[in-house]
Amino acid sequence: MDLDLLTNILYLTIRTGTPLLLVALGELVCEKSGVLNLGQEGMMLMGAVVGFIAAFYSGNVYLGFAMAACAGIAMSLVFGFVAVTLNANQVATGLALTIFGTGLSAFIGASFEGKTITALPTLAVGFVETIPLIGRPLFAQDAMVYFSWILFIAIYLFFKQGRGGLKVRAAGENPTVGSNLGLPVLKIRYLSIMFGGAMAGLAGGYLSLAYTPLWTENMTAGRGWIALALVVFASWRVGRIMLGAYLFGFASIMHLVLQGFGLSISSNLLATLPYVATIVVLVFLSKNIERLKQFEPMALGKPWHKTH
Amino acid sequence: MKKAITTLGLALGLTAATSALAADPVKVGFIYVSPTGEAGWTYQHDEGRKNLEAVFGDKVETTFVENVPEGADAERVLTQLAKSGHDLIFTTSFGYMNATLKVAKKFPNVKFEHASGYKRDTNVATYFDRIYEGRYLSGVVAGRMTKTDTIGYIGAFPIPEVIRGINAFTLGAQSVNPDIKVKVIWVNTWFDPSKEREAAETMINQNVDVITFHTDSPAAVQAAEEAGVYAVGYHSDMSAYGPKSHLTAAVHNWNDYYVSRVQAVMDGTWSSTDTWEGIASNMTNIAPINASVPADVIAEVEALKAKIASGEMHPFTGPLTNQAGESVLAEGEVMSDGDLLGMNYYVAGVEGKLE
Repeated sequence: MDLDLLTNILYLTIRTGTPLLLVALGELVCEKSGVLNLGQEGMMLMGAVVGFIAAFYSGNVYLGFAMAACAGIAMSLVFGFVAVTLNANQVATGLALTIFGTGLSAFIGASFEGKTITALPTLAVGFVETIPLIGRPLFAQDAMVYFSWILFIAIYLFFKQGRGGLKVRAAGENPTVGSNLGLPVLKIRYLSIMFGGAMAGLAGGYLSLAYTPLWTENMTAGRGWIALALVVFASWRVGRIMLGAYLFGFASIMHLVLQGFGLSISSNLLATLPYVATIVVLVFLSKNIERLKQFEPMALGKPWHKTH
Repeated sequence: MKKAITTLGLALGLTAATSALAADPVKVGFIYVSPTGEAGWTYQHDEGRKNLEAVFGDKVETTFVENVPEGADAERVLTQLAKSGHDLIFTTSFGYMNATLKVAKKFPNVKFEHASGYKRDTNVATYFDRIYEGRYLSGVVAGRMTKTDTIGYIGAFPIPEVIRGINAFTLGAQSVNPDIKVKVIWVNTWFDPSKEREAAETMINQNVDVITFHTDSPAAVQAAEEAGVYAVGYHSDMSAYGPKSHLTAAVHNWNDYYVSRVQAVMDGTWSSTDTWEGIASNMTNIAPINASVPADVIAEVEALKAKIASGEMHPFTGPLTNQAGESVLAEGEVMSDGDLLGMNYYVAGVEGKLE
């Protein structure tokens, strides 16, 4: 393998991992607050289609991203209303959201099928781009890649330091105690869900506005599900989310790269790697229930309302 | 929701059907596996449908239902179309094969045409085009334009139809430059724009400067355009996605076939047939060649196209050797249709292994 190739693998790994990083960060915050939203795929698709339509008419991809985030939030509010306000089963509601989003996005996007726009440009930072190996992967990406890094740091600090992170965790670990201490648990959960929706919308927008600047039905092709696996893989730790996102991205391009070299490793087998890794982590975490408690938000997926 | 859209489409179709005209037009139905869109497999079929309306005017009435998943849904939609008085129904995806035969048995007076399948019945005909002829010609264009002598090919699944295209393209490229290598990457999906793009970007970095594909989205053309290399489209003209990069495309053209089949129904001469036609009957073609391609190359391709059309030349003519260097076709021999349909090996010059 020569240097150019390694550079390219790094570059592609980051690009492939970016939508996963965005949606997984959103889901992480959501799950930290105790809400399991399986509707990622549906929210991503809605973000992708609404973002694309906005950019198509306005000619401005940044407006496209803003609208993609709004679409994700709108979808997440549907989820929030049913799962938090009405206390419905979160798993069922999330699945319904995915099915709803898949169909609705196909319906809205039908007449935009196969149209194309000018993609989000990559930012040329100039001389640093020519640094061997890391130049292109780190300094010649598009704005969303850098935005995802900023968000990553912000969320990392949010949970590491400030009181805000503690409040979200309280809502996810023990909402009753949190509420008794005067925390607005429902509001915290709503905000977390909305943040998750915005992230999923942006991730969908990344696919339709930056990665492959077109809209086609079902274009997320299961990336929302990968993100859900990713949160478990990362054992609900912010730092590991980034590692996992790029690892999953790496696995998904590696079988293409290897084929280009004529290596005959079954590409189907390689494509299963992220999922195998997730199962291994799950097994490892669940081996010891005390250990699992340290990682998984205790109230995750459990409906809660104030009269408890 | 998908179902709802399907039902909606059907309802619209039925409304159109009930407003029957006095002339009692021939009713022609189409079912599509994906949305009609702006380019691609289904788009070409829908162009054929629109052409029917243009040619026959009010003597024909067409209905289409798009986005019908293969399987039980297809059977339901086909039954509805047959029940609502359609005379001729085109089922345009391989996976509709069994549903088509099953419904056809129940409606012996309705005529069915299944694209790309191999099972027929008294009221079920099959049709497909010799797209490999278009692949060969586009390979010639690619062979003339590559500077690195390395061409990339993104494949969906290693089935004979895709392998035949890869081999035809390779033979076309090698006919003008024997040093050319064709790298193949399998993405194991018909449709995942992001994955198709990743495959394209991977190859571009492995010295590939012309990319073609046998998948359903134009993502690879976009990747080529951005990277400043060439692309060869598939299914339909994809130059809108890469004005500079799109050299040409191997395209299907169902227009004439659909007209002839509807005419046969009008004349009462329709019978179950097995059609596999190519450039000679304009069922396969190539998209307009990019202006950046030198005029002598365009003339060369046009001359080759005429030779294929007249039968003077066949893309799979011996001597042919496979990857392992074994002879698969003796000098001067032309490959039989049976061998073409069952092709399961790469010809020499293709890089990569069949899994």
